[in-house]
Amino acid sequence: MKLEQTACQIRINIINMLEKSQSGHPGGSLSLAEILTALYFKEMNIDPSNPKWEDRDRFVLSKGHGAPVLYAALAERGFFPKKELDNLRKVDSILQGHPDMKGTPGVDMTTGSLGQGLSAANGMALAGKIDKKDYRVYSVIGDGECQEGLIWEAAMFASHYKLDNLTVFLDYNGLQIDGTNKDVMNIEPIDEKFRAFGWNVLKIDGHSIEEIIKAIDKAKKTRGEPTIIIAKTSKGKGISFMENQVGWHGKAPCAEEACKALEELRGRL
Amino acid sequence: MTKMIATRDAYGEALKELGGMNKGVVVLDADLSGSTKTGVFQKEYPNRFFNVGIAEQNLIGTAAGLATAGKIPFASTFAMFATGRAFEIIRNSVCYPNLNVKIAATHAGLTVGEDGATHQALEDISIMRSLPNMVVLNPADAVEAKQCVLKAAEYRGPVYIRLGRSGVPVIFDESYKFEIGKAIELKGGSDVTIIATGIMVAKALLAGEDLAKENISARVINMSTIKPIDQDIIIKAARETKGIITVEEHSIIGGLGSAVAEVVVENYPTKVVRIGTMDTFGESGNGDDLLEKYGLTVENIVEKAKQIV
Repeated sequence: MKLEQTACQIRINIINMLEKSQSGHPGGSLSLAEILTALYFKEMNIDPSNPKWEDRDRFVLSKGHGAPVLYAALAERGFFPKKELDNLRKVDSILQGHPDMKGTPGVDMTTGSLGQGLSAANGMALAGKIDKKDYRVYSVIGDGECQEGLIWEAAMFASHYKLDNLTVFLDYNGLQIDGTNKDVMNIEPIDEKFRAFGWNVLKIDGHSIEEIIKAIDKAKKTRGEPTIIIAKTSKGKGISFMENQVGWHGKAPCAEEACKALEELRGRL
Repeated sequence: MTKMIATRDAYGEALKELGGMNKGVVVLDADLSGSTKTGVFQKEYPNRFFNVGIAEQNLIGTAAGLATAGKIPFASTFAMFATGRAFEIIRNSVCYPNLNVKIAATHAGLTVGEDGATHQALEDISIMRSLPNMVVLNPADAVEAKQCVLKAAEYRGPVYIRLGRSGVPVIFDESYKFEIGKAIELKGGSDVTIIATGIMVAKALLAGEDLAKENISARVINMSTIKPIDQDIIIKAARETKGIITVEEHSIIGGLGSAVAEVVVENYPTKVVRIGTMDTFGESGNGDDLLEKYGLTVENIVEKAKQIV
C-alpha cells in the first residue's frame, strides 16, 4: 500500500538526515514513521503552499527530539525542498535540532522542552473551540515525557475544557535515555491514568497504518473528551540493529551504520 | 488628597475595556482571578476567560498555543509564580518562538505583604529582562498601568507587566501618553538623578521634594519600561548630574539598578547607587511596614542622594 511505502521513505530520509548531521535522535524518530505518514499523507487538512492557513489542522510534536521524522514528513509533503534535510542541525539551517516554528515552514509549534507541546496543543484546540472552527489538533507525546508534571496539568485542562478536537498519540515504546521507563520511573498504568484524567483512551499497534487511521476516525467521532491513542511502537523501528535499543535514543549512525540501515530499508521499498 | 489606586485594579478595568475593543483578547488565570482582577474581565466576557487552576506552567503553555492561533492572551497570576514556576515555559514556548503572549503578573515585590517570603517576587524583573524578545513593563500608577495594558495589546510580541497589590498614589493624569521604551522625567534637576520604577516612583518624587528643601536639585525619572531600556535618558542623566540613585521594589541584583548601571558603565561611567532589597528574602508583615524595614523609603532615597552630591 502506498502509505506504507511513504513511511519507509520517511525512514530512509531520517537515516540520511542523521548521517549528514552526525547528531540527533534516530530511535524516537523511527518509531513515529507510520503515525506521521498517516497524519501528513492521509488525515490532516493542510496546504503545503500555505503553511499558516488559518483553518488548517495543526500538529505539535511535543516530544520535539523526534524532529527528524517531522522534517522528513514535511519535506516529502512539499513544505520545503528535500535538500534542506542535508542541513539538519547545521549553523544557519532552517532545520533546527528541535522544531522551530519561526524558521521551518510547516512546523506549527516550537518544541523540544518536554511537556510544553501538549500545553500549546491545548491552546490551539481551545482557540478552535472559541472560534467555532472545524480544524483538528494532533500531538505526539513520549512515554518518558509523561514523567513531566506539565503533561498532567495539560491533561487535566484538556478534559476540563472538553477539547474533543484534540487527538494525542503516545509513542509507547517503553524506552527513554537512562533505560526502560519501568526501570527509570514507572509510568504504568498509563492507560488508566489518562482515563482517570477524563480522556478517551484507545490502544493500537503504532506501526499499523490501518489501525492508526481507524483510531483517528474514532477520535473524530468522540464528543466531549480529548482522545489519546496509546500507540505501541518500537524505538528504532525498521532497522534491525536499532529496534528496541536504548542506546539509539540520541546517537546518530556513522557512515557504515547508515549504509547498513539504508540497505535494509531500501530492500523494503 | 491624592487618589490611591492599586495597579492591579487598573489592570482589571483596562482588561475589561480592552475586551470590548478587541475580540481577539482572551484572559487566563491560575485560580487567582479575584486577586489579579482578571475576574473583572471574566464577568464581562465569560466565554473568553479560562481558569487553568493552580498550574502556572500550563497557564503559560496554553497561552502560547492560543497565541499561535491568532489570539492575544493575557495570562495572570502572582509575579512569583508567573515568572518563577513558569520561567522555562516563558522562555521556550513564548520568548524563543516570539509569540504574542502578555504576562500580567500581580502582587510583585514585598508589598504582597502578609503572605510572606514565598510569595514575594524580588527577582522577577531580573529574570524577565534576561529573556530575548521580552518587553518588561513596571507602571508607576493606575493611569500608566492601564496604558501599559493597552499598549501591550497593540505590541506584537511577548510582554511582561509587573503589577502591585496595594493602592499607590495617582501620579499621571489622562493627558499622559505612555510609550514602550520611553522613560519620563517627572522633575527636572541638576545635582543628582533618581531613577525609580513601579511603586517607588511616588516615593522618589517625595524624596525629590525633601531634597529641594535642602537645596539639592534632584532629577526624578520614572522608568516604567525596564526592557527595552531608555538609554538616552540615562546617559543624559549621567552626563548632566553628579550621579544616579535607582529605586525599585526588587532585589538590587539584576533589576532596574543593574540595568541602569549596565548603560552607565558602557557609555558614561558615573556613580550609581542601587536601592532595593539587599539580596535578601522578605518576610510577613504589613506592606508599608515591610517597605520601611527593608529600606524602600523616602528617607533612604534622600540619604543616598546626599551621599552622591
